[in-house]
Amino acid sequence: MTGPSMLLFEALREPERLLALTAKDWNGLIRVGRAERLLATLGTRAEGLALPVRAAAILEEARLDAERGQDRIRFEIDRMAETLLPLGFPVVLLKGGAFLMAGLSPLPGREIGDLDILVPRDRIGEAERTLREAGWISVKASGGYDDSYYREWMHELPPLAHRSRGNVIDLHHNVLPPTGRLAPDAAGMIDRAVRLPGGLFILSPEDMLIHAALHVAYDGDFHGGARNLWDIDRLFRAFSSADAAFAESLRDTARAQGLMLPVRRALFLAQALYGTPVPAALSKRTDPVDILAKRKLQGRDRYGRQRTPVADFILYARGHWLRMPPFMLVRHLWTKWRARRREARDATRRTGR
Amino acid sequence: MKRVRLRIGPAIFELRSPFRSVLTEVEALYRRYPQNLDGEIFDFSVTGLPVSPWRRFLRPSIMFGGDFSLADIVPVEKRLGLLGFEMAINLQMALGYLRHIVVHAASAAKDDEAILITGESGSGKSTLSALLSYQARWRHMGDELALLSLETRPLLHPYPRPISLKNESIPVMESRAPEDRFGPLLTDTVKGDVRHLVPPQRAIEQMDRPALPKLVICPHFEAGREPAVRRMTESECYVRLSTASTNQLRLGERGFDAMVSLVKTVPAYDISYGSSEDALKLVDELWQQA
Repeated sequence: MTGPSMLLFEALREPERLLALTAKDWNGLIRVGRAERLLATLGTRAEGLALPVRAAAILEEARLDAERGQDRIRFEIDRMAETLLPLGFPVVLLKGGAFLMAGLSPLPGREIGDLDILVPRDRIGEAERTLREAGWISVKASGGYDDSYYREWMHELPPLAHRSRGNVIDLHHNVLPPTGRLAPDAAGMIDRAVRLPGGLFILSPEDMLIHAALHVAYDGDFHGGARNLWDIDRLFRAFSSADAAFAESLRDTARAQGLMLPVRRALFLAQALYGTPVPAALSKRTDPVDILAKRKLQGRDRYGRQRTPVADFILYARGHWLRMPPFMLVRHLWTKWRARRREARDATRRTGR
Repeated sequence: MKRVRLRIGPAIFELRSPFRSVLTEVEALYRRYPQNLDGEIFDFSVTGLPVSPWRRFLRPSIMFGGDFSLADIVPVEKRLGLLGFEMAINLQMALGYLRHIVVHAASAAKDDEAILITGESGSGKSTLSALLSYQARWRHMGDELALLSLETRPLLHPYPRPISLKNESIPVMESRAPEDRFGPLLTDTVKGDVRHLVPPQRAIEQMDRPALPKLVICPHFEAGREPAVRRMTESECYVRLSTASTNQLRLGERGFDAMVSLVKTVPAYDISYGSSEDALKLVDELWQQA
């Protein structure tokens, strides 16, 4: 039997498969699609197919909502550009924002949550100050543990939300935390970035794929990975067909920064889920992390709930292990555990239950 | 794990919980709604799960969730589980339903024309809606959420879930509606006493029949108040309905255009009154004029 997660991946890859689904299949697919934030994408893939009326309505509503969300982000990018471009340093759109402004292949139906941007490390203070003066405010209490943690140990500042529109900007100076074992060359990425009409930049195709790969295969616990891998599949297919030498230049760019393993891992998983045509030079031998990640990515039930506790736990531990040295990890988990306990106590007191 | 499916107007829900007795209460309340939905694709999954494994048996407490959820939801005692499911269903509509403009408003129809009643909680909206629901000439369409189609001159679509009566409106309706259409009396809820009233059978049978809005009113109940009427401007009506909507802004231009065309074509009044009789009289007068 095909589980609901696999149904989603197969339908994204070959939308005609939707024509054969039973009502029960649809119910599982809709829950998993919502949980993975891929239902709108599926809606764009399924356009024109004769689907059951209710299924079509659900996909259409997700698709239109994602498009309205893209409008919101487009406006936020416009405001952000007006604020930051006069400062004279390159501002690089990452992920969804880049797909949106450059019209790249993962865009149709792509839900875009926050606006991620990359700026040169030595200008990030200036960028933050300028955004704050223009109406974006930090959502983390200044001087609190989270705020200090971001500033000291992360590759991005605490999220900045616009005070009236609520849209969030994540201001990055690198694509991975400096505490981790891998060190992407952010300055090089900015040098290689491609200028869009209007003055904002996006990463070069190679770096864009590397960034997406790091995000899914290295930084974190594969949560939400199905969507990141869909981005990777779409980007890889589009870049490869535009440039026959893309796979080679991707390999060279990744190797120069010591990032081959996450790139290979991400492509391996994209291939497992979506059949990405990965050339031999970028393939890899399966290791335990691949197996656990695949298990986790395929492991939602028909209510969209993650049903793989063991894989989740090991991958969560791995994510933190890669992110910080052991002593720091212990201190971090201790502080977070105490904060959670305090919150739970306060909540109990508030509700009296 | 017990499962129950419900259809209210255009939306189908699947409710799921290990608290069987709570879902049995839900089934009883909805026994006159469409049945046999097992072969259907449903729109929203709604869950009522124990806060922690032992809280299934010890001081049972239920955490509600669904396809769409909010971060800071408060758990509900098991005895109020029916109310919890009602809230969780509403939340799915508010956060996830985007096929119509969802407005926090009551509605009723006469022939195929409709009245839309909007107002903050406590304004008398629910009571007025309940009063109209069991008046022979009105067809109840909904007491809490009104669904407007995304088109010029939008149509109002019924969402006739059981009417949620609060405090003083409970005895008012107990004298006007048959006893077998009431749910259990729930005491000591956040809103005081609550009792559900299943709308007349005609409202349920015709829950797929839309109506064209003809009148918008914004009620203000205040004991002893002399009846008064004030015509609202188009822009005031827009602001009232738009802020009472859970999703209009999210629907972008389509939502805006539909709402503007509604307020430009339908008269809107702010009404104040001190008794049920005055309220019904005002509504009748305004309906005649509209």
